[in-house]
Amino acid sequence: MKLSVGPISYFWERQRVLDFYQQAADCTAEIVYLGEVICSKRRLVKSEDWLAIGTELQQSGKQVVLSSLTLLEAASEISSLKKLCNNGLFMVEANDIAAVQLLSKAGRPFVTGPSVNVYNSRSLALLAGKGLKRWVLPVELGLDTLRDLQAERPAGVETEVFALGRLPLAYSARCYTARAHNLPKDDCRFKCLDYPDGSLLKTREGQDFLVLNGIQTQSALTHQVLEQLPELALLGVDVLRISPQYHHTMEIIEIFDAARQGAALAPLREELLGFLPLGACNGYLLEQAGMYFGPGAPHAHQQAS
Amino acid sequence: MELVCPAGNLPSLKAAVDNGADAVYVGFKDATNARHFAGLNFTDRTFAKAVRYAQDHGRKIYVAINTFPQPQGFVRWQAAVDQAASCAVDAVIMADIGLLDYASTRWPDLRLHLSVQASVTSAEGIRFYFENFGIQRVVLPRVLSVSQVAHVIAESPVPVEVFGFGSLCVMVEGRCLLSSYATGRSPNTYGACSPASHVRWEETSDGTNTRLNGVLIDHYGQGEKAGYPTLCKGRFQVGGHTYYALEEPTSLNTLSILPELKRIGVSAIKVEGRQRSPAYVAQVTAVMRAAIDACLLKADGYRPKDQWMRELADVSEGSQTTLGAYHRPWQ
Repeated sequence: MKLSVGPISYFWERQRVLDFYQQAADCTAEIVYLGEVICSKRRLVKSEDWLAIGTELQQSGKQVVLSSLTLLEAASEISSLKKLCNNGLFMVEANDIAAVQLLSKAGRPFVTGPSVNVYNSRSLALLAGKGLKRWVLPVELGLDTLRDLQAERPAGVETEVFALGRLPLAYSARCYTARAHNLPKDDCRFKCLDYPDGSLLKTREGQDFLVLNGIQTQSALTHQVLEQLPELALLGVDVLRISPQYHHTMEIIEIFDAARQGAALAPLREELLGFLPLGACNGYLLEQAGMYFGPGAPHAHQQAS
Repeated sequence: MELVCPAGNLPSLKAAVDNGADAVYVGFKDATNARHFAGLNFTDRTFAKAVRYAQDHGRKIYVAINTFPQPQGFVRWQAAVDQAASCAVDAVIMADIGLLDYASTRWPDLRLHLSVQASVTSAEGIRFYFENFGIQRVVLPRVLSVSQVAHVIAESPVPVEVFGFGSLCVMVEGRCLLSSYATGRSPNTYGACSPASHVRWEETSDGTNTRLNGVLIDHYGQGEKAGYPTLCKGRFQVGGHTYYALEEPTSLNTLSILPELKRIGVSAIKVEGRQRSPAYVAQVTAVMRAAIDACLLKADGYRPKDQWMRELADVSEGSQTTLGAYHRPWQ
């Protein structure tokens, strides 16, 4: 199994992004996804910068994929998407069906990200006919469905699983980070910069529940599938995606690298849990509520202290 | 502008038709549609009656088969398409690529509408479904401003339907997994958000807690009216403040912008609420009918009547309404 570094879902300072990919150039992941997937107002790293970062990563031996914006609203976002799809250097990950349309019409191979709904074999087959080279299993689907889909997977299509990260759960026209500061989206003052891992939403009794990341809502718990690695390998999964977090992403990649090479999982698991901002979950892969953690055991929800 | 109204059962369908809906949309009694609630929707027998009632009155009937089948369920979803097609419905409302592929191949004459659950917000996205499956209408998610809707309409190869009234999804439809994160069931997989099977109302010494699979969605003090724990409409803590972090309990109401929707070329206005009562369907259909007729007659002098606004507020979540994403400041 290969490892990939997913696109950064948060708004980080420019230098932090550059440093992150300098480190990523030396990590054991084979694939790196680049680009802004959440909000078109986040422009500290410009499209030329992404191409330059990609070129350097490619020279370090990485396969580079450019990821497209997930929720398209403004006409300017469609124009940027068209440029991205015609970048001429790197394959594109489509995070919306508009990108699939543009790429397939141009005859370019593409990847579908976790927010393109591929829930059955007939969908997968149709997209394969349009130039799909790799697809990411939608995060709410579990091992049983993955098994069925793998059994009928079209030739030449790789399967990627979201293996670690806060789950991408929802996208809105509304910016929740701006709302939390009583600001309108059009005057957000780039508050997302203050929350490099998103801002925590708790229930009224203190349970860590969700994370606000601009227009995106994520899980507060970090989805991780380390214990399921042997099963994913048996199912013929090709790529495991590590979604960047502000700290310890490189250490996490090395943990998954050790795991895929057969190192004992229990100690790796302990080490991994220490690197997560809050707790872990893996319910989706186990065909349960996404927030659950463990083989069938509900994640004990914290009470207010 | 066509008025498309919801019906979760035969009395609601009759209420919609009798109060002036141009078209009624329905679903079957299983997870093939996005309002998969106990006691709701149509069996073989009631479905045949529904089709007959609508078509005898010169109205259209659409069937929503708009969830995303997984391999184990695909045959059941195919059967739903077959059933709708063989009853000569006026259109099927669908979202899944694989199922649209099946429907357009097996039933080439079946009219296909792209469901809001397909999550398509651009003309490029619409073209994918138009070129591959011949969809004849698209329902847009509730994430675009009026000017953005206008832009999509100008470029779209097919007519555009938008939501005009009803419970407001604040997340782009078809890509919201909040419900399955908390309960294992989502609109995509199961056809329900914040499903009743996972709801618990808990009386406490100082009021009522509403929980979804154990997660506290809201707490209501004594005398405060407790609402259904829809996940995105609860009160949560962010940065030390407790508030409706995502959205308040509120409904979408577009009465005040109907002339604008007409001007930009909206082809159909959809009312949300297949899970609601026949009384709701009757009331909302009657108001929307009167408003659309007034707007079509004379858009210039059109103003929503206070009485219409009151009647719609009465059946709204939290008794309040919003223009949602149509109105930029909401975003």
